[in-house]
This record gives sequence, C-alpha cells and structure tokens, in this order.
Amino acid sequence: MSETPAPMSAAVIAQAVSSQKLTAVAATEAVLARIAAHDNTLNSFTDVTADRARARAKSIDAAIAAGQAVGPLAGVPFAVKNLFDVQGLSTRAGSKINRDLPPAPRDATLIERMEAAGAVLVGALNMGEYAYDFTGENVHDGPSRNPHDPTRMTGGSSGGSGSAVGGALVPIALGSDTNGSIRVPASFCGIFGLKPTYGRLSRARTYPFVASLDHLGPLARSVTDLALAYDAMQGPDAGDAACTTRPVEPVLPSLTGDIGGLRVAIAGGYFQNNVFPEATEAVARVAKALGATQTVELPEAARARAAAYIITTTEGASLHLGRLRKRPNDFDPAVRDRFIAGAMVPAPYVDKAQKFRRWYRARVLELFNSVDVILAPATPCTAPKLGQVNFVLDGVELPVRANIGIHTQPISFIGLPVVAVPVPLEPMPIGVQIIAAPWREDIALRVAHALEKMGVVAAPAPRGIGA
Amino acid sequence: MADQLDDYINAVARAMSLPLEDAWRPAVRANLEVSLQLARMVDEFPLPDEAESAAIYSA
Repeated sequence: MSETPAPMSAAVIAQAVSSQKLTAVAATEAVLARIAAHDNTLNSFTDVTADRARARAKSIDAAIAAGQAVGPLAGVPFAVKNLFDVQGLSTRAGSKINRDLPPAPRDATLIERMEAAGAVLVGALNMGEYAYDFTGENVHDGPSRNPHDPTRMTGGSSGGSGSAVGGALVPIALGSDTNGSIRVPASFCGIFGLKPTYGRLSRARTYPFVASLDHLGPLARSVTDLALAYDAMQGPDAGDAACTTRPVEPVLPSLTGDIGGLRVAIAGGYFQNNVFPEATEAVARVAKALGATQTVELPEAARARAAAYIITTTEGASLHLGRLRKRPNDFDPAVRDRFIAGAMVPAPYVDKAQKFRRWYRARVLELFNSVDVILAPATPCTAPKLGQVNFVLDGVELPVRANIGIHTQPISFIGLPVVAVPVPLEPMPIGVQIIAAPWREDIALRVAHALEKMGVVAAPAPRGIGA
Repeated sequence: MADQLDDYINAVARAMSLPLEDAWRPAVRANLEVSLQLARMVDEFPLPDEAESAAIYSA
C-alpha cells in the first residue's frame, strides 16, 4: 500500500499548498488514490466526485500561481455525509427512495463555505437510512466498516464519515448529529468530532431528520483540523430557520490557550451506569489528565434521553408519512417499522417532551455557573460487531442499537456543544465527550487540544486496512 | 392490555391511512411499546401548568 500513503492533516496540506510546496492537484490525487485502494474494504463512499475535485484543485493551483489568496483550507480534500446536497447528485440520505429525486441544483451551504476557504470536495459518504441509526449499517448500500477492524461497526448515522476519516482516506468529513450521529462514529472509529451548539452551523440544503434536534459538524483526525473546518463554516444563513444570527466567533486564535483556569467536572449518576469498563477507563484517563475530581449530576438525564427519543420518533415519522404510505417496501424494514410506530405516539406526549426539554435545559445551564466543562462517555462500549443485536452488561442482555446513544442523547437534546475525543485504547478506541455551555465551542475545543498535546487523546492509525 | 394495544395500532393505522402488513406488526408493536414506556416516563414528571414548550417560533 505504499503507493497510497495516508494523507497529511488538513493544516499541513493547506500550509504546503499555500506555500506552493504541494499542489492542490497532487493532494487531491493522493486522496483519490487512497480511496480507490481502500474503500472496497471500508465502503465509506457512495459517490466519488473525482472530475469535480480535479477541476476544483486545478482552479486552486491556478489562483495561487496568480498570487490570489485561496483561504485557510487551500487544497484540503474533504467529503460529506450523503444527506448534504451536492450539485448534480440526488441527495439520497441513505435511502433507496430519495435516489429518485432530481439532482441537487446547488451545494449545501457548508460545502460552499468549505470550498470558499479553499477545500476540495471529493465525494459523498455512506450513512444509516434517513439518519435514524446508531450503527452505520445500511441495507441499500451495505455497512460502512470500521477502519480498525472491518468486521465491526463504524457507528452511525454518519458511518461513512467516521470510516473515511478513521481510515485516513480524507482529513475532514462533514456529518450530522441529531442524537449522537457525529459523536458515536467518532468514538467507534477513533477520531475527533465536533457537534456544535444547536443553531451554530447552517443546515441549508441538507436533508433533515428531526428539525428541532438536527446539527451539522466536522469530523477530523486532529483538533486543529476540526477548528479549521468549523471556523470556515460559521456564519448566519437565512436558508436555515434555526441558524443563529450571532457573529462568527473563530476558535483557532484561542485553541492553544491555557486551560488551567477552567473548572472541569465528570458527569455522574446516569453517565456512570450501564457502561463497559472501556468507557469508564477512557473518562478516567481524560479526567486525570485534566485534574478533574468533581462530579456533577445532570438532573433527570434518563428522562431527557426518553424525551429526546419521543421527539425523534414522532418528528421523524411526521417527515416521512407520505413515503410510508406510498413506498413502504422501499424503506429498510427496521427503519420503516420504527417510523410507523412513531406515527402512533399520541401528540400530548410530544408536547410534554418539548416542555420537559425547556425545564431540563434550565437545570443543566445552572450547572455551568460552577463548571466550564463536563466529561461523559461518548458511547457505553467500543465498536460492536457488524450485525450484533445484543450485548451483555453486568450480566444483563441489552439491545445494542437502542443503547449506543444513551450518553449522547441527553446532551444534544438541549443543543450543548461537544467535542468527542478519541482515547486510543487497545484493541479498539473509544470516545469521551467534552461538553461546554451553549456557544462555548471554543472552550471544548481548547480542552480537546490540550488533551491532544498531552498525548491522552489521538486518532490511531487505521489498523484494519493494512495501512 | 396486549389486545388493547393491538386494537389501538389497527385503529391508528386506519385513521392515518398507514400501511400495516401482518409481518410488520410485531416490530411496530415492539417499537411502540418502547416509545410508550419512555413517553410515560416523561409524562410522569411534574411540570407547572405554565411550562412552555421548547419548540422554536418567532413572529
């Protein structure tokens, strides 16, 4: 595999391209070669937009040769979960049904912003059907596979994003996170993932799942690369009703700042129950490195997870009612049956869940009067085997699918910003959530960067693809 | 109770014109049972009558 070495980090590529030590064309060709060499194993891409990428890379090299500034992501290849509109492709969102849609006339806002900063889109990535998934499995396209052990799940629903970055096919991928769909694959695939504050990044021209819970964000192999992508994508957008009008708040300038004054606590109770020893070990390592000994209790976290579940299943069902009636046999049967059940949940329960959500938000925000950062597991376990239905925890057999997201759901439910950081345990990595108060992505990223510098967290080389 | 839930599933499927083949019923029922269990957990939590929804709207 020496002909397809792992690509450099986004920061290194951008620096090399900007200083004309590397061409954007060469960076792009290296990534395309690596995808060709390894994606048969990983199944992370559903579309490789090679012609578009080559043309874009050429234009970047021409602009640099002409002395023009091309942006902080000059020549950096990236890919997007296939629920992002990519001009000329039907936005399948992991489904069979959406392949019948006409090709998207325009890229999603976040793709436009990445490319405006000099990045090069190389393709669209596999995902769980309609994002209603924590496994990364897909009955239409096949499962995305874990880069550290292809017999294991990537996690989902941004499974291809986790696999492509974890496998070092691309330095950056974009994903979506409604209940954990960035943080779970980041955990299972051993990479960094940022789920920003709800409303921070525009969702314009991406396929929705649960509007009141949907977030978009980047996955990468380093915190600097996460920050580069995040800063490039910030900014208001009238195309997304929930997108904030707050000014852009760049995080790169403060990324290497001191964390000594930050108050870090460990999430107790709910977040320490129903976890495998690996998850406990990962949180303990991060807490020790940060000198965190205080424990805080997120009040009613189990009920928060329940409320997120109810809002998800009912809003998701509402979105797909027409397709359930017209094309029920074209869904993944398991997804269809969840949506049909979701349509049958009585409305008062949904209203109650949204009212509880406001109560819970107020109580959790009170915690941030006394702490700046809360640590919690990203997943209760390392990546299960593909197709695995149950696991045994403390002698109790539990369903895998329903339990993968138990620690991410109570956090995204109230839109808190989170960086999932990879703890490189053997034989499989696992993630920890670095959780901050709303709009304080800068704090979560600064802590993640400090942990990376200490060597406590890192994206391990992909051992499952022989490279 | 089991029969009542099956009756409810049949009634809602008819009222909402949702397809429901016999082969799908066990999974739909299992999913709905989980949802109702979690919904009851939320519903049991006391909130004041003045509690506002978190759904977002601005005129």
